[in-house]
Parts: sequence; C-alpha cells; structure tokens
Amino acid sequence: MSDLTIKNLKKVFEGLEIIKGIDLDIRDHEFVVFVGPSGCGKSTLLRLIAGLEEVTSGHIYLDDKEITDIAPAKRDLAMVFQTYALYPHMTVRKNMSFALDLAGIDKKEVEAKVNEAARILELEPLLERKPKALSGGQRQRVAIGRAIVRHPKIFLFDEPLSNLDAALRVQMRLELARLHQELNATMIYVTHDQVEAMTLADKVVVLNAGRVEQVGSPLTLYHHPVNRFVAGFIGTPKMGFLKAKVESVNAGGVLVSLSCGHQVEIAVKGEHLQRGSRVTLGVRPEHLRITAASDSTFKAKLTVSEHLGADTFCYVETADQEVLTVRAAGHFQMKFGSDIGLELDVQQCHLFDDQDRTLARITTPL
Amino acid sequence: MLTLKQTRQLRTFLLGSLAWIVALLVFFPIFWMLLTSFKTELDAFSSPPQLFFTPTFENYIQVDSRSNYFHYAMNSVVVSFGATFLGMLLAIPAAYSMAFFETKRTKGTLLWMLSTKMLPPVGVLVPIYLIFKDVGLLDTRTGLILIYTLINLPIMVWMLYTYFKEIPKDILEAARLDGATPMQEILRVLLPISKGGIASTLLLSLILCWNEAFWSLNLTASSAAPLTALVASYSSPEGLFWAKLSAVSTLACAPILIFGWFSQKQLVRGLSFGAVK
Ligand SMILES: Nc1ncnc2c1ncn2[C@@H]1O[C@H](COP(=O)(O)OP(=O)(O)O)[C@@H](O)[C@H]1O
Ligand SMILES: [Mg+2]
Repeated sequence: MSDLTIKNLKKVFEGLEIIKGIDLDIRDHEFVVFVGPSGCGKSTLLRLIAGLEEVTSGHIYLDDKEITDIAPAKRDLAMVFQTYALYPHMTVRKNMSFALDLAGIDKKEVEAKVNEAARILELEPLLERKPKALSGGQRQRVAIGRAIVRHPKIFLFDEPLSNLDAALRVQMRLELARLHQELNATMIYVTHDQVEAMTLADKVVVLNAGRVEQVGSPLTLYHHPVNRFVAGFIGTPKMGFLKAKVESVNAGGVLVSLSCGHQVEIAVKGEHLQRGSRVTLGVRPEHLRITAASDSTFKAKLTVSEHLGADTFCYVETADQEVLTVRAAGHFQMKFGSDIGLELDVQQCHLFDDQDRTLARITTPL
Repeated sequence: MLTLKQTRQLRTFLLGSLAWIVALLVFFPIFWMLLTSFKTELDAFSSPPQLFFTPTFENYIQVDSRSNYFHYAMNSVVVSFGATFLGMLLAIPAAYSMAFFETKRTKGTLLWMLSTKMLPPVGVLVPIYLIFKDVGLLDTRTGLILIYTLINLPIMVWMLYTYFKEIPKDILEAARLDGATPMQEILRVLLPISKGGIASTLLLSLILCWNEAFWSLNLTASSAAPLTALVASYSSPEGLFWAKLSAVSTLACAPILIFGWFSQKQLVRGLSFGAVK
C-alpha cells in the first residue's frame, strides 16, 4: 500500500509563502503529475513530500502514518532528479546498489536486484562504467534504475526529461509509461510540460502560484477545466479567449455577443449572470473552422500559418485585435492577410465569468 | 605583421618565461640555503658570495652531534599530523553544514571566522600562555596540537566550504533519500567526490603546522619543541653561524619539501578544482 495524503500544507521561504495550503490525495498505483508554469512551486511541493525541505505547517501522511517530520532516509521514497544526481565516483552498478548496501541487504540479493533493474532498463552493458562515460539518456536510465532497485513506496520525479533532446524525451516518456505499468508503482511526476502531463498521468494536479487549481484525469481537465487558467494551460496550441457580453440568459444556455457583434448561444448555466455583464468565451483551435469571409458574421484576418504536415495551425486576428489559433487541415493554403470568416463549434466552447470561473454545462457533450 | 599563430606562440613564450622567472625567484632562497649549508663558516661569510667552493659535510655532522634532530623531527611530525587530523575532524562537518544547509548567517559566520586570522597572534599570547600554564599544557605536544588546530581551523573550513560548494546539492540529497545517515552521506559520498579539495586542505594544514614558529617558540621549551624551535636555537646569542644555521634549516625543511613534492599532483588538482574541473 502507498496512499499519500497531504493536508493544508504550507511552505514559507524567507517570509514568502511559496506553497499556500495544499490538500491532496494520491492513491496506490496512481501516476500523478504535478504540472504548472515555472516557479509555481512544483519542485518545492515534491521536495516537501520527499522530506528534503522542512514543512512550515500542515501534514503529510503515508498510509495513515504521519511522515511530516520524518527524515527523508526513513520515508521509503525514491527520487529521480532533473540533473540525474548520480554519484560520480561510483560505477553504474554501485550507483544502483548504494541504497541496498546501506540497508545491509545480502550481497546475492543486491546483485540480483541490480541485474533485474539493469535488464528492465537495458543497462547491462554499462554496469561497470562511471557516470561521466554515459550519455544523457543513459544517465537518466541509471537514475531511474537507482530508484527501482529499492522498490520504494512512491517514486518521485522532478522534471526528469527536461535535460534530454526532443527525440529522446519522447522515447523516455514512453518508457516511463511502460515502467509504471510493469512495476505497478505509485509515481509522482513534476513537469512544466503539459504534453508530458497529458500523456503520462492518471491524475493531473494543476498548480499555479502555490495553489492547486484543479485535480483530475487528463481528459477531464481538457473537457471540463474549472477556470480560465486551467483551460489556457492544458492543450496545445492553447485555447483562445474572446471578450464577450451577456445578451440574455435562457433555459437553453447563455446568449453572448462577441466584440465584433457576432452572437452565439453557449449551453451553460448562467443564473447569476446579468444582462450586459462581461464574460470570456474560450475556444480551442480544434473547435474553430475557417470559412470564406462572406459565409460568417464572425470575421478575422489570417496573420500566420504553420504547416506541420498533418495539421496547419493558423493564427488569426479579429477586428478587435484578439488573437486566436485555428487548427486546419494539412493541405490548407491561404495568403497571409486574407480576410476570412470563422465558425465556432458552440457545443465545445467554454464560458468564463468575470472571476474567470468556468460556467457549468447544461448538457455534457460527448 | 605577426600572423595569429605567431602572436599565440609569442604569448606562450612570454608567459612561459615569466613563469620561470617567478619560479626561480621563489626557489632562490632555498637554493642559497642549500648551498650555504655545504660551505665552511668562513666561506659562508665571504663577500662577494662564492658560487664555487669545496663542499663539506662538516655542518651536518656538527648539527647531528650538537642536537637530537630526531627528537625535534618527531615532535614536528606528531604535532603537524595531529593538528591536521583534529582540524579535519572539526572542519569537515562545519564546512558540510555551511555549504549544504546554508542559513542567513552562514556568510557572516565564515567572514567572522576568517577575520580572527587578522588578529596578530601576539595579541593573545599572554592569556593563552597563562591558560596553558594553568592547565599544564606548556611544552606538551597536546598543547601545540590544540593551538595549531585552532589557528588553522578558519582557513580549513573556508577552503573546504569552497570545494563543497562546487558539489551539486542534488547528489547529497539523492544519498539522503537512498537512506544514508549524515555520517554515511559525508563518508561515502561527499569525501570521495571532493578528494582533491580534501587533499589540498590537508596539505596546506600540514605545511602551515610544520612551518609555524611563533607559538612553538613561545609555548615549548624542549620536550615538545618541533623543528622550528630547533632552527631558532641556532641563531643564538653566541653569534650567527650561517653555515650551521643553513644546515639545520635544510634539515627542517627537507621532510615537508619531499612530502610536498610527492603530493604535488594532488595539490595542483585540488587547487585548480574550481578553475578547470
Ligand atoms: N531554497 C529556497 N529558498 C528560497 N526560495 C526558494 C527556495 N526554493 C524555491 N524557492 C522559490 O520558490 C518558488 C517555487 O520554486 P520551485 O518549487 O522550484 O518552482 P517550480 O514549479 O519551477 O519547480 C520560486 O519562486 C523559488 O524562487
Ligand atoms: Mg522545478
């Protein structure tokens, strides 16, 4: 068993509150990803769990046992650092067996465990090398190997892939997903890259400025972000936002008008909205379509388009200088600066109130 | 016009020459001492100084018969190694905590420690002498070890702190999560990684202890007197005997010079740790 519970956790550095009261539950076998912009406190939260930083207030429980003030050595957690943090004076084998040697485990058993980890990670030919004779990807695998030989209660990863090149990053991402399956272990993974979060996580924790914005499965966050921050953070390219004004609130939804005058009805609950109040409409690139300028009252100008082969991302600007991204087909061609019309998939649009909270949908789209 | 390559060659040549000049300047007094130690007292005094003369071992024989060299050498060895060992025992944990558990006051503490080195030792001679007298540490090796440890500690802590600062904190944190106690973390991870720094700190401490003269002259008489005291005893009221003084000085320097020579590789590596890496 390895359930982690965090209660009202706070951390103050030099008078500055960095972690501002976090509550979190992590269940056995879950792959949990902490994601958020750089500097939001992800690493700090992970280090508090690891015991590398002292908790200012709040509690951490591991399987109903409080570990808030227990030394990191006694928590039975393993961590993989962004810099790998291998012991430079030890061979790969020694790096991996270090924890087991310290624990006084029988030599034969240590050897077996190290060999097993080396097999899983394809490190067998490198066992007698020192870290400096390894490539970045190999070092990363040793760092992971060092964690898995221990069979810890929870694996902690702090941006483990960010020092690797793009191709290797994708490969290691897949390997991590496979490892999670194979080891059936509880993992907490920190990243600023929402693609990593979406692809790896069972549960994503979106952090912003020391607070949890939302916890949920990747698709929940994508389809039902609770606020504008999460909506803008999850998904690539990012969701576009348009200023809008409430025209009327009906049983079927809220009718809003965009700054260009175009009106749309979004199927969300808006009882607390007044006619004329300011709201924000959010629409993802995949829920916008470019039409001929004459076919829509929602008009814009094409500024740039990026051809990625399968898709084309078009950056368009409305009359009110609001920028949107549109996902179009790979063969899409149009001159920059052309006048275009836009079509919204209203079923998929989000509406945020003046506090940037998402308005609840009336019917959940499939 | 010089080509780029020629400019580079010229620069290498000039820098090389400069290095040689400095090296010769530094080495010259030692060379002269060695030369003088093989002269007769008469030759040693002659002016202009003689570069060519018939060498003699007379001075060494005299020194050997007049004083018990090994008694003093043994004191030097015991006191230098003892003080270095004790100093390391204190400096390593101190530097470890300062480098890896830095607080607001760490920098201030380091500066304060170093500033104690700016106090002239003679300023505390009387109180220390009296304390030593009261607790019976005068003319004992233990007393010298204690005082040498204390005077070198600031430099040792400072040096080790600088070396430890070069080591990524992550590596020690990894060890902590791997289940290492602070002791294991230091012994099995920190020290092996900072071998170079440890070696050069050790060497520096040994050299400083070996050559220390102020406290050894003031706090010892005979039984704990190290080689520096022996050398001083040759510049006696009966007059200066340059040749014999040179011989005894040569004997006093020789062990530490030889030791330094053998460990120079470590020393250079340690001292250039931050620069080259
Ligand atoms: N040891 C520390 N002392 C002071 N401030 C710190 C310390 N560690 C982190 N911080 C601050 O806490 C904030 C969050 O840092 P961190 O958790 O590393 O963010 P990230 O989400 O990028 O991992 C940053 O503003 C950082 O400056
Ligand atoms: Mg971080």
